[in-house]
Amino acid sequence: MPKPHVLIFLAPAVLVYTAVMIYPLFDTLRLALFAADGQERVYVGLANFRRLFLDPLWSDQFWNALGNNFWFFLIHMLVQNPIGVALAALLSSPRLRFAAAYRTAIFVPTILSFVIVGFAWKLILSPIWGIAPSLLDAVGLKSLFAPWLGKEAYALTTLALISVWQFVGIPMMLIYAALLSITEEILEAGEVDGITGMAAFWKIKLPLILPSIGIISILTFVGNFNAFDLIYAAQGALAGPDFSTDILGTFLYRTFFGFQLQLGDPYMGSAIASAMFGIILVGVCIYLFGIQRRLRHYQF
Amino acid sequence: MKRLTPALMHLALLTYTVVALFPVFVILINSFKARKAIFREPLALPDADSFSLVGYQTVAMQGDFLLYFQNSMIVTVASLTFILLFGAMAAFALSEYRFRGNTLMGLYLALGIMIPIRIGTVAILEMMVKTGLVNTLWALILVYTAQGLPLAVFILSEFMKGVSDDLKNAGRIDGLSEYAIFFRLVLPLVRPALATVAVFNMIPIWNDLWFPLILAPAEEVKTLTLGSQVFIGQFVTDWNAVLSALSMAILPVMVLYVVFSRQLIRGITSGAVK
Repeated sequence: MPKPHVLIFLAPAVLVYTAVMIYPLFDTLRLALFAADGQERVYVGLANFRRLFLDPLWSDQFWNALGNNFWFFLIHMLVQNPIGVALAALLSSPRLRFAAAYRTAIFVPTILSFVIVGFAWKLILSPIWGIAPSLLDAVGLKSLFAPWLGKEAYALTTLALISVWQFVGIPMMLIYAALLSITEEILEAGEVDGITGMAAFWKIKLPLILPSIGIISILTFVGNFNAFDLIYAAQGALAGPDFSTDILGTFLYRTFFGFQLQLGDPYMGSAIASAMFGIILVGVCIYLFGIQRRLRHYQF
Repeated sequence: MKRLTPALMHLALLTYTVVALFPVFVILINSFKARKAIFREPLALPDADSFSLVGYQTVAMQGDFLLYFQNSMIVTVASLTFILLFGAMAAFALSEYRFRGNTLMGLYLALGIMIPIRIGTVAILEMMVKTGLVNTLWALILVYTAQGLPLAVFILSEFMKGVSDDLKNAGRIDGLSEYAIFFRLVLPLVRPALATVAVFNMIPIWNDLWFPLILAPAEEVKTLTLGSQVFIGQFVTDWNAVLSALSMAILPVMVLYVVFSRQLIRGITSGAVK
């Protein structure tokens, strides 16, 4: 039994964390096994999940949201990480002037709330205001303009790119830190062997920052699979047009909280939350046991 | 290509800086213009002709932004205080004392780093309704404290392992209690780590929309983020009001960022998150 002062030091954090985070998490998993019967709560086993995955009334929306979520994540991986790596590589080059100023400025979107980001881009892309079309006109590409947020085919990709715009600062910073930690000796050893400039980046630096790219990937994965705010701020709870931007977060919100004429259903909401929990858990496990171990191994 | 020239590097960085700042710039300049000028020349700076504060007047009359700001301030400051105090206490217990279950407790507290608290929203709302905390700022403070603790404990205990044992033992010989050693010797020494944890938590708490929307949507407890979201939703066709509301929402975060950006960037680049 630990001494009393140890318990006193631990108690507040453990109590708040357990009561407000861990207990509700498991309680949500438990609630997913119940359903409302009038005023009563009745145990239904896995029926909610059966409805969610198989009943077309629910499953169409669920698979749609899940698919959209994967697309959302894919765009982040394909666009955010390369831009982040490129910016960090530029910033970390020795004797670059104004590096601190660039870093500070490029990080600005990351600190803005989704509400600001969502509305700001909605205004800029709006065909009524015309900033986007007139900018495209200036470079002779006006014909490419479309009301991207209003078209089913483009809306989700547009929102994913807006989210990339907002968060590119985080991979940039983490990779920048990783690049700074590469010692001069390694680079000089490369130079002796004739590896300089771009070759040094591809052959020496990139392999050494792979662990950071791994961390960024899992952070992005977790962030994307419980994302909600940006879609809600830009497109509303219905994730229009015609649910084309619906992701698990907005689907959970609509189901749990209700919207317009549909009443909220906390039990189906819990089932969706449990599914999200499962997806995030699988992602985190793949990272911890698959990717991270191999990267550690590769380093030495 | 052997090496990029400095000029090319500056060109690339400058281009991206423009991409990053352009939307903020457009919102800010247009919030000071009359409606006609907003549409006629959206990219022009406000001049004597087009200058107008009509949007800000609408915001001042229709929305209670001062109250929202105050609510956000209370929630953010209170949550950060609890995260730092409770987090540092637990980190001290884990890094200083050997007891049964130490490692297990560390792992238990670290679980929450990867699992988002939003997953438990359904049960959190139910609990807040039962305890009567729904539509109070306490609901938000508790949730953000719980959400911030795992990473805080993790970062702070790493730092506390670096505090010299000799110093603490000297304190013990001088008759200081364990509490005095924590508050008077250790806490001042880990101040940089406390600042890092504070800056990491500050922005997500201030910007969160999900929990204010679900746990505290009532008018008198709205945070600035939720308040501006609702306001903009209502005034969607009044461009002056929307642009002004956006600018007013941008302002406090920008001030915080300017004040803390060095701390934030040092925190990230010192490898505090690994």
